[in-house]
Amino acid sequence: MEYRKSILSVAFVIILAVGFAVAPLAHTSGYQIMLASHILVWGLFAISFNMLWGVTGMLSFGQALYYGLGAYSVGLFVKHVGAAWFVPGMFVGLALSVVISLLIGLLVIRVGGVFFTVLTLAFGQLAWQITFRWYDFTGGDDGIQGIIAPGILSDRIVYYYFTLAIVLISIWLLLRLSQSPMGVLLRCVRQNPARVPFLGQSVRMSQLRIYVISCFFTTLAGSLMAGVDNSIHTDMLYWTTSGEVILMSVLGGIGQFFGPLIGAGAIIVIQDIVGARTEYWPLFIGILMMIIVLLFPRGVVGEFQALRIKLTSFARRGG
Amino acid sequence: MEPLLKLDHVNKAFGGLTVTADVSFSVMPGDITAIIGPNGAGKTTLFNQITGHLIPDSGRIIFQGEDITGMPPQTIVTRGMGRAFQITSIFPEETVLENVRVACLSHRKEILHPFRHVGSFKRATDRAYEILESLGLANRADRPAFELAHGDQKLLDIGIALGLEPKLLLLDEPTSGMSPEERQLTRDLIKKLWKEFKLTLVFIEHDMDTVFGIAQLVRVLTLGRLLAEGTPDEIRNNPEVITAYLGEEVS
Amino acid sequence: MDPSFIIVQFISGLTMATLLFLVASGLTLIFGVGNVFNFAHGSFYMLGAYFAYEAVSTLHTNFWVGILFAAGGAGIAGILAESLFLKRIYGRSEEGGFQLLLTYSFILVIDDIVKIVWGTEYKSVLRPAGFHGSLEIWGLTLPLYNIAIIVIGLLVVVIAWFTLSHTRPGRVARATAIDRETMAAMGVNVPLTMTLVFGIATALGGFAGALAAPLRSVTPGAGIEVIIDSLIVVVIGGMGNFWGAWLGALILGEVMAFAVAIIPEWASVVSYVVMVLVLIFKPEGLFSPRQVRTV
Repeated sequence: MEYRKSILSVAFVIILAVGFAVAPLAHTSGYQIMLASHILVWGLFAISFNMLWGVTGMLSFGQALYYGLGAYSVGLFVKHVGAAWFVPGMFVGLALSVVISLLIGLLVIRVGGVFFTVLTLAFGQLAWQITFRWYDFTGGDDGIQGIIAPGILSDRIVYYYFTLAIVLISIWLLLRLSQSPMGVLLRCVRQNPARVPFLGQSVRMSQLRIYVISCFFTTLAGSLMAGVDNSIHTDMLYWTTSGEVILMSVLGGIGQFFGPLIGAGAIIVIQDIVGARTEYWPLFIGILMMIIVLLFPRGVVGEFQALRIKLTSFARRGG
Repeated sequence: MEPLLKLDHVNKAFGGLTVTADVSFSVMPGDITAIIGPNGAGKTTLFNQITGHLIPDSGRIIFQGEDITGMPPQTIVTRGMGRAFQITSIFPEETVLENVRVACLSHRKEILHPFRHVGSFKRATDRAYEILESLGLANRADRPAFELAHGDQKLLDIGIALGLEPKLLLLDEPTSGMSPEERQLTRDLIKKLWKEFKLTLVFIEHDMDTVFGIAQLVRVLTLGRLLAEGTPDEIRNNPEVITAYLGEEVS
Repeated sequence: MDPSFIIVQFISGLTMATLLFLVASGLTLIFGVGNVFNFAHGSFYMLGAYFAYEAVSTLHTNFWVGILFAAGGAGIAGILAESLFLKRIYGRSEEGGFQLLLTYSFILVIDDIVKIVWGTEYKSVLRPAGFHGSLEIWGLTLPLYNIAIIVIGLLVVVIAWFTLSHTRPGRVARATAIDRETMAAMGVNVPLTMTLVFGIATALGGFAGALAAPLRSVTPGAGIEVIIDSLIVVVIGGMGNFWGAWLGALILGEVMAFAVAIIPEWASVVSYVVMVLVLIFKPEGLFSPRQVRTV
């Protein structure tokens, strides 16, 4: 039975991969490629966020820090050193991500609970403050423009496939993690942390491990985005970015591995349609989040699964 | 023969209230012993100190010749001590199989594997099935644990502890909340597990049928103090014990 | 370093500390009694400022009436938010996370409603009549309004202390903080208590926002920085610890006052540094006796 679930997941990934792979060939416009890239990057961001929250039960309101870290590592290298340093910038970002997430994790995980959440927000805002004020180095509120990956990656379609490949591999790695013994342990940490020491495991170490892993892939997503939009801005570090990835996850369904990806796609498409017509986007997502939290806490995928189970057990009884 | 577990003048107080008063006893390998006492006697608190959840104020706890006083639960558990809980402590959203398997994986030091599918760990999976068979839960291995009836959840709780291949198993009120029929089944099961898994058992109980039905040795705790220890018959006829239980039914 | 400079900054710090305490005390009250972290607390602070502006500029009331209007308005808004929405998710298994999400969404909604009603330009509220000037004493120039804030703050602290320790409602609130179930069993209407506590806390927040209005311009978006400052106060003082909040506010207020005077560009970063230091060395708060419960 559990193998069946994993085959379904693999099938889903393959369909997804094919769908996204074919997109540029179907004469889609540059704008639509950018939209698809956004869905891929935010999808990775949301799935790695969900490893932290949906799987392990750690609600972080400060993932924008790591997302912005990835983007700014690339952007700053390109701006101050040169376009050829795009990919090295990515590696530096990832290395910094591991170091910073270890330090912050050690500080913040031991207090746990609500405190963990609000402290991650505080650190996120600290990162935003520093980036925002350090005008000479980061460009502050102006952001940095003209970030183009070097060599063949400067071609938009090639960069798209580059993004697609990295995102798919990352999602695949995270999927394997969620189905591995470590993944099960993380779920146990969420469901019954009191029992986990009586399994011979440390709750804190498990939480620290997934925090570092999740932040790593978040930074990866951010660095990819720098090349998608060809620009970066301090808004990427702002608390609203952290909030948006949470919204995507909750909308799609935090109890499901692919839920957040669906949520990301939904929000990006909705934003494309609605966002252009209103400056009250925050009000819209605020109300949307209230509706989900109050009425549909399992999210789109979660409610769909629940419905499916109800229908199949109904059919089983009737037949 | 060396005792498996030895408590040496263990003391603990919360604020001004003494909860464990100079408790000393030894448990030999293969024993089945019970700890009984009126409510508030400090039985669960004593268990918590043995398993590392609480640190005694003074005294030592020695397990398999090693001083484990003050060690954290996750270390003690890997040394061969298991515990089942009074208020069932399982992983409700995981399957029945997974609940036990995660303990087996942890024992086999395979739990931190981040890449292979959990179902591909054959030995751990097989061992988990064996344990479920012994408990009579194997036919529901794929159901989520929250679906189990209360009594079965208690059994699963024990199953998780068994997954760590303990030498000493501490059971905190294993028959609480059960009907008389379920109690009998659990009694038989505990006896069976004791033989099959070569366990040493210490359990806390309020149900005297269970205590006198299974235990070879009974210890009575009252107000944190070890009042008496002896065979079930000795304890049943001990006047001090009867006084301590005034108002509660004995045998 | 010139002594008059130090004294002026010290007074300035006390003013900041008073405002911080008023906000943080509400936050810690809600958390202590209701076990809810009100992410949107800063938004109620901001609402208070806007209600005061509305009272003074549109309804042409006296400044002090405006302050009361602000506190009342923020309190009512808080009661509505709690009873209509927050109440519905008490007792859910994912309670903590979804409560935070819900109060987070309040921020988005309240901030945009404020923008819709009042627009995005900076609004200003003038100091009340008679408090425009400064007090010249011992060769120092101390702004009168700032001193007024400090005095008002002290009054609130005294009233709060008295209410919590010597009145029945105060004792009920404190007991509910310790053991909700027992209080319910004893016939206390726990849901009503939570709603009222929430309302009082947001009223305090709104009160602070209105008091602060003449010192800073009234803008949307003040919410998040306020919540982080309150969080830092509560980290320093210990969450749920009412008096810790007071001492934490004092420490942070003074640190900020001197930081703003000496390194204005990076003053806000200094507050984070203080928080990090406390987290490293005493995560349960400088003034809390018990250890933070770690898993």
